[in-house]
Amino acid sequence: MSELENKIIQRAAALLTEGKVKRVVGWRKGEFIHDPSPATFETADSLKEFVYNDYCGANLSKYLVDISKKEGMTAVFLKPCDSYSFNQLIKEHRIKRENVYVIGVECQGKLAQYKLEEKGISGITAEAYDGENVVLDTLYGKETVKKSDALLDRCFSCKGKKHVVADETIVLGEPVDTTVGGRFDKVRELEAMTEEERFSFWQGQLSKCIRCNACRNVCPACSCLKCVFDNPQSGVAAKSNADSFEEQLFHIIRAFHVSGRCTDCGECSRVCPQHIPLHLLNRKFIKDIDALYGEFQAGEADEGKTPLTSYTEGDTEPNQVFNATEEK
Amino acid sequence: MQRIGVFICWCGSNIAATVDVERVAAAIKAEPGVVFSADYQYMCSENGQQLIKNAIKEHSLTGVVIGSCSPRMHEATFRKAAASAGLNPYMVEIANLREQCSWIHKEKEEATEKALVLVRTAIAKVRLNAPLTEGESPVIKRALVIGGGIAGIQAALDIAEAGYPVDIVEKNATIGGRMAQLDKTFPTLDCSACILTPKMVDCAQNEKIDILSYSEVEDVKGFVGNFTVKIRRKARYVDETKCTGCKICMTKCPSKKGLDEFNMKLNTRTAIHIPFAQAIPNVAVIDPEQCIKLKTGKCGICQKFCGAGAIDYTMKDSFVERQYGAIVVATGFKPINIDAFNEYGYNDNADVVTSLELERLMNAAGPTNGVLLRPSDKTHPKVITFIQCVGSRDVSGCGKPYCSKICCMYTAKHAMLIREKYPDTEVHVFYIDVRTPGKNYDEFYRRAVEQYDVDYIKGMVGKVYNENGKLMVQGSDLLNNEQIVIPSDLVVLATAIEPEPSVRKIATLLTASIDTNNFLNESHPKLRPVESPTAGVFLAGVCQGPKDIPETVSQASACAAKVIGLLAKDKLKTNPCVAHPNEMMCNGCSQCADVCAYGAITYVDKEFRLGGGKTEVRRVASVNPAVCQGCGACTVTCPSGAMDLSGFSSKQIMSEVEAICKK
Repeated sequence: MSELENKIIQRAAALLTEGKVKRVVGWRKGEFIHDPSPATFETADSLKEFVYNDYCGANLSKYLVDISKKEGMTAVFLKPCDSYSFNQLIKEHRIKRENVYVIGVECQGKLAQYKLEEKGISGITAEAYDGENVVLDTLYGKETVKKSDALLDRCFSCKGKKHVVADETIVLGEPVDTTVGGRFDKVRELEAMTEEERFSFWQGQLSKCIRCNACRNVCPACSCLKCVFDNPQSGVAAKSNADSFEEQLFHIIRAFHVSGRCTDCGECSRVCPQHIPLHLLNRKFIKDIDALYGEFQAGEADEGKTPLTSYTEGDTEPNQVFNATEEK
Repeated sequence: MQRIGVFICWCGSNIAATVDVERVAAAIKAEPGVVFSADYQYMCSENGQQLIKNAIKEHSLTGVVIGSCSPRMHEATFRKAAASAGLNPYMVEIANLREQCSWIHKEKEEATEKALVLVRTAIAKVRLNAPLTEGESPVIKRALVIGGGIAGIQAALDIAEAGYPVDIVEKNATIGGRMAQLDKTFPTLDCSACILTPKMVDCAQNEKIDILSYSEVEDVKGFVGNFTVKIRRKARYVDETKCTGCKICMTKCPSKKGLDEFNMKLNTRTAIHIPFAQAIPNVAVIDPEQCIKLKTGKCGICQKFCGAGAIDYTMKDSFVERQYGAIVVATGFKPINIDAFNEYGYNDNADVVTSLELERLMNAAGPTNGVLLRPSDKTHPKVITFIQCVGSRDVSGCGKPYCSKICCMYTAKHAMLIREKYPDTEVHVFYIDVRTPGKNYDEFYRRAVEQYDVDYIKGMVGKVYNENGKLMVQGSDLLNNEQIVIPSDLVVLATAIEPEPSVRKIATLLTASIDTNNFLNESHPKLRPVESPTAGVFLAGVCQGPKDIPETVSQASACAAKVIGLLAKDKLKTNPCVAHPNEMMCNGCSQCADVCAYGAITYVDKEFRLGGGKTEVRRVASVNPAVCQGCGACTVTCPSGAMDLSGFSSKQIMSEVEAICKK
């Protein structure tokens, strides 16, 4: 157990035994070290199942929408990038802030299990660092991987190590910047394509979609009581099925719905079983919003208007045709 | 199932010449739900309306579709007709077969096909229509006039005359506007100040008028009859209630190098100043960019000498919020920036001046006390050349495509005044066309040519350059077909005018539409020329289009009449097409409230049953139907589709789209 994990568990145990919180939201051990899942812990004893390691990429913010309505305080562990989602949900009045005790935890970049799997690595039982490399004990022997080759895509453009909201923080080590290249590099590549190339790129990607709804269900911005896609009255739910390329509508409507509110947490891409780079749709919106209305990071503040729901004199004129490939 | 009647109007030949109206009326009979259809030459006529009324009664119609002109023209007419036959007026839908079909198509076949689609679309919508009832909202009996020039002054005086309180918000330290800067006025040549200042004084003395000078409109909420306006009162560092206008501060202020805006920056003024002698209010203002005390903390001389104790260096901008039933926009104009016109050498030669600068150079209260001296060496100019249309009627992109309208007349005025006062002066005028329609206007211009021997040259100037102290004006004389060069002592540029740039912000705050030249749009160019398309907002003066003083005053009085008509009502009918949330789907995220321009949406905590005896308190949106204007911004913002608009529900709009897309 790492020193950080130990500290986190001890803090959770203290909060529960002191009665300061009624439950703790964190990550529970799986069969291996690479398959933890979000979980609620209500007793100090149950914390032996608690884990915090390189595979705890899951953003716990959205769980608070329901849990914060429960009686008593809830403690939650948030990584720096998760804290943006939490803040955004506060802004939208979806989380009862007064019922939540936020503990910001250190993050040095999280690993993508599927990337290891693609390299034929599974059944990981232990992990150690050797400089830039991760040394993994697996059921099938030792493996060594360069950490940057196994990082979650979101960590390539890290939002920083600051928690935008936290009642306390548990940070031991010096921040490590995992950023590689620019946040919008891939978006620019897509913008540079011809319309036909871009269409076929997205058709290729989105055709893999099996409509499992994982992206929607994990997305902290998708917190509607009743999603338009589950609502036969909306006139949209069935429409998307009528089209031979229905996923296009589903994902694009979803990207529109979260635009201006998406914090770019990258959960959509992380959970996609088909590994569709869904976050690129959101990043395109973010990039355009930045260019047209000034730089904006959703979730940075827990109040105030967003660029798409406010008017300022600096806003782009409606008659201005925006050429996405033209950099400002 | 609705029983729908369809009525296709010929609009004389406006629609019938391009759309086969009989075919449309016949084909539409086959549509499900349509129990009656007819075409008629003028549906809006008494007979046409009677046709509709009879059909409603005879065929027990529950919905009516009228294929005619834009709903902006006759929707009210047809709704009234339907109501008089006992049908709810909101069961009437208009298919716009004129502006959106016959007027924009040439091919009859194509236009007829499109007309059918448009009528089917309206039928698809009316099938989902539900009866709606209008509400009422009270009218706040107070008007706001934005801009204290002659337009704003006239409008305010007329409204106050009818007994309603008016506030004038003026961004400068005094009211008076551009007219206060003028020397004489055409076509009578009476002194501008002599006719303006009595009106300014009337404003100050009228107890119904409150002048908020040195103030700007910061925010506008609400709607016709019920505007709430936040006004920024800029810090003038002088207490308006204490300053007596004695001007001792101006004689003592050591910071004397500020450029005098009132005199078009042709001379200097002190940091603390009263813009001109007849300023209203006659209260000093400190220019914070120039004041030594405000910039360095050291000085304070004006405070020491002010007998009234009016100086307050700690003054900050303050805000007042007031409610109004109507708003008049009278923000006026400014001459355009002529930096792009290098050929006239304005920036290189002090003796190339704009017409407004010439006004100050000829004015008794101007920098030369009314003696015409050229700026460079303060000598009398002997040859003066005027260049008209500098930036007007200019499609090159440097200037404005429109005619500024006032320049022909004021140039004739300048030429005449100069020839009258200094008969030894030679005056030339380069023009493209001389445009002088108006009562006594052409006579005025003829007098300049015939009586005062002003040399009018048809042609444009290509270049003005300095040669041995003379301004060489090189231009073409089109009537004599030759290039000429006139060595001149002073060159006057009749600079184009444009709306005061701050009008953009005001238009945005008022959601009043604006054209590509920043002129505010009127509701109808001929029949509603002083109304903005935004209800309760009226337009006076150059903010709506170039015009001279008589026209501006007429328009201002027309505005006042419209405002008085509005304020005389105790209640206004409200639009029943308002938003309403589906509380079962509302997330309480506040996005709808964020986009609502009218402040109609608030949030309430409500208890909902979850089943099994459990309840849950949720935050849900609540729309005030008296405040909602039915713009629909909230309905498209709501991510879950919980917000909908009566009369324009998402379902209705989707069914219209489907009808259009159906082959």
